[in-house]
Amino acid sequence: METKPDLNIDRSVGDFHYDVDYEFDAGIGLSEKTIDYICDVKKDPDWIREFRKEALRKFNSMPMPTNWASHDLDNIVFENIRYYLSQGTQPKRSWDDVPEDVKRTFERLGIPEQERKFLAGVEAQFDSEAAYSNIKAAVGEQGVIFVGSTEGLHNHPEIFKKWFGKVIPTGDNKFSALNSAVFSGGSFIYIPPGVKVKHPLQAYFRINAENFGQFERTLIIADEGSEVMYMEGCTAPKFETSTLHSAVVELVALKGAKIQYITVQNWSANVFNLVTKRGLAHEEAEIKWIDCNIGSRLTMKYPGVIMKGRKARGEVISIALAGDGQHQDTGAKMVHAADETTSNIVSKSISLGSGRSTYRGLVQIGRHLKGCKNNTECDALLINTESRTDTYPAITVRGKENACQHEASVSKISAEQIFYMQQRGISEAAAMSLAVNGFVNDLVQQFPMEYSVELKRLIDLEMEGSVG
Amino acid sequence: MSLKIENLHAKIGDREILKGLNLEIPKGEVHAIMGKNGSGKSTLAKVMAGHPDYEVTGGQVLLDELNLFEMEEPDQRARAGLFVAFQYPMEIPGVTIANFIRAALQARLPEGEELDAVEYYHHLYEKMDMLKIDRKFTSRAVNEGFSGGEKKRCEVLQMAMLNPVYAVLDETDSGLDIDALRIVSEGVNAMRSPERGLLVITHYQRLLDYIVPDVVHVMVDGRIVMSGDKTLAHKLEAEGYDWVEKEILQKA
Ligand SMILES: Nc1ncnc2c1ncn2[C@@H]1O[C@H](COP(=O)(O)OP(=O)(O)O)[C@@H](O)[C@H]1O
Ligand SMILES: [Mg+2]
Repeated sequence: METKPDLNIDRSVGDFHYDVDYEFDAGIGLSEKTIDYICDVKKDPDWIREFRKEALRKFNSMPMPTNWASHDLDNIVFENIRYYLSQGTQPKRSWDDVPEDVKRTFERLGIPEQERKFLAGVEAQFDSEAAYSNIKAAVGEQGVIFVGSTEGLHNHPEIFKKWFGKVIPTGDNKFSALNSAVFSGGSFIYIPPGVKVKHPLQAYFRINAENFGQFERTLIIADEGSEVMYMEGCTAPKFETSTLHSAVVELVALKGAKIQYITVQNWSANVFNLVTKRGLAHEEAEIKWIDCNIGSRLTMKYPGVIMKGRKARGEVISIALAGDGQHQDTGAKMVHAADETTSNIVSKSISLGSGRSTYRGLVQIGRHLKGCKNNTECDALLINTESRTDTYPAITVRGKENACQHEASVSKISAEQIFYMQQRGISEAAAMSLAVNGFVNDLVQQFPMEYSVELKRLIDLEMEGSVG
Repeated sequence: MSLKIENLHAKIGDREILKGLNLEIPKGEVHAIMGKNGSGKSTLAKVMAGHPDYEVTGGQVLLDELNLFEMEEPDQRARAGLFVAFQYPMEIPGVTIANFIRAALQARLPEGEELDAVEYYHHLYEKMDMLKIDRKFTSRAVNEGFSGGEKKRCEVLQMAMLNPVYAVLDETDSGLDIDALRIVSEGVNAMRSPERGLLVITHYQRLLDYIVPDVVHVMVDGRIVMSGDKTLAHKLEAEGYDWVEKEILQKA
């Protein structure tokens, strides 16, 4: 890897930062003026301006959810955050056109290379806007739309408007309201009926600026009988001050469609990562979230599926790794709203040092329904004694003709076990990686190759970092 | 060339357990330590391996020319050639035996070099067959749910795979029935070599009928108080440790 003098390099893959000149900057703090600035830059239609302002009012009126969630949320200083930073709203279709100061970041993260090797399309977001967005010609010719949220709402309003904010209403929670007020970037994807996209579409979210909030908004619509796999990766450099990432992701799988949404996040330990993700599965449709949460200061994320049509399926597979000083508060929401719907939740959390993992699960099955099934499995691995883990499953099953199964386990790796592994010649970091990889192995098998390799590498790095 | 323990003192918490222990195991020899429960035998093994609960307060251990205590981390000492088969091996959930031993071998290779998987499994199966360990065990988590005897065999399997220069076997005979004892002993005897030194810790003379030592040492209260040939083990078995203590008193 090349080294440049203005660079501060750390051991971790994402922890580097280049100075960039921003053309557009909404300044510090959040008010109606911020929203007007964003709308002006983006040339948003009036209904979006109004939508944003309404969301801001909701955001301001809603309390922090500290009655049930971490009090660390109170440390987010909304007045100190910059809500919009970009070099322009038009993503480039070729890496050659991406400004040099931005391009080198993505090159260093290996994005153009991955695109060449195994992706059907890529969107690379740098702070508030995508710097690059493109799909392979063959995929475009099938009628697949893969653009940023702004382009989606400008160029495809008929599809966009129909579903935008319908799966996750603005007031769902304080952070979905915040996102609705200031959203920028994220993907808009439409897969026409019957089209099965062979290779994954990928988005990469990069935070580069300090005191910044990233609020991407993703909407994926898979029309009848179509299939798509979407993957997102995220990184940020480690700053002294806290950074906010608050996304909203809505998925719509129409009759018989399949959406697989894979996240491998590797936020630095100063990022508050507060994300709302939910999918709506129609008849016989399938939505699967695979969520790997590594890093961040506090992550709160509970991907959900509303199974609206008969025989719809929902699945959440999640891996959370809470390193020293980090809190992973994750889980899943499964709402069964039709007969014979099935859902599966497998959650594995790892807590290291003073890291903390929390699992919150919600499974709802309506009283009048028949033949619904949920399976929940939730396993925790504690590495050393300071770690803690909490499980809050809430299962509401009404009606006798439905079945729920819930299993939970906690395993521990003590200093004594690490010592045992070290006596065989394995370093402390490698010993912890071995234990963690063994623990998550059955889930990692479900990932595409490239991503399981990436995840394994991130786990190794995290363990090396924790040993110091 | 030897494993040389000189005037070793070690404590756990405020309690001194090793109180000036001297012992030398020349390469190519098999030595045995016998001693009552609580005399500090396991402590010696753990202190050499670098167990974090113990503090070395004096003395040194030389592994050939290397000063063991200059190597901070237990894994450095292991890679330098020291192996300990533990009296109570740890269970490692989620880590299969195959992956565990593979990682241990991989850790001994220079950076950038990959272990040959085919050759590795060939080698692993060979050793497992020798120790009569079912090949299905490769995909089981290390020691998890193993019987006492299975754990001990698994320790010997690791030793056989890792080829240490010096190995300490701490009560590897406990929990073994007579057939298992024979199999495990054969496994250990197969490791006897002019290039290796072995230290066998045991409570019972029985094991030493199978693994015949060159020298037998008796440990009392954190020190080696008597050494002799294999007949010393028989004498101990017949007369008990009280006899040793009387002998020492007489000498003093
Ligand atoms: N964690 C500990 N704290 C205090 N004393 C200990 C601890 N572990 C072992 N000991 C003591 O150290 C002494 C030696 O133990 P050990 O080395 O296991 O003996 P052996 O293997 O010869 O039976 C015993 O008296 C035992 O009670
Ligand atoms: Mg003992």
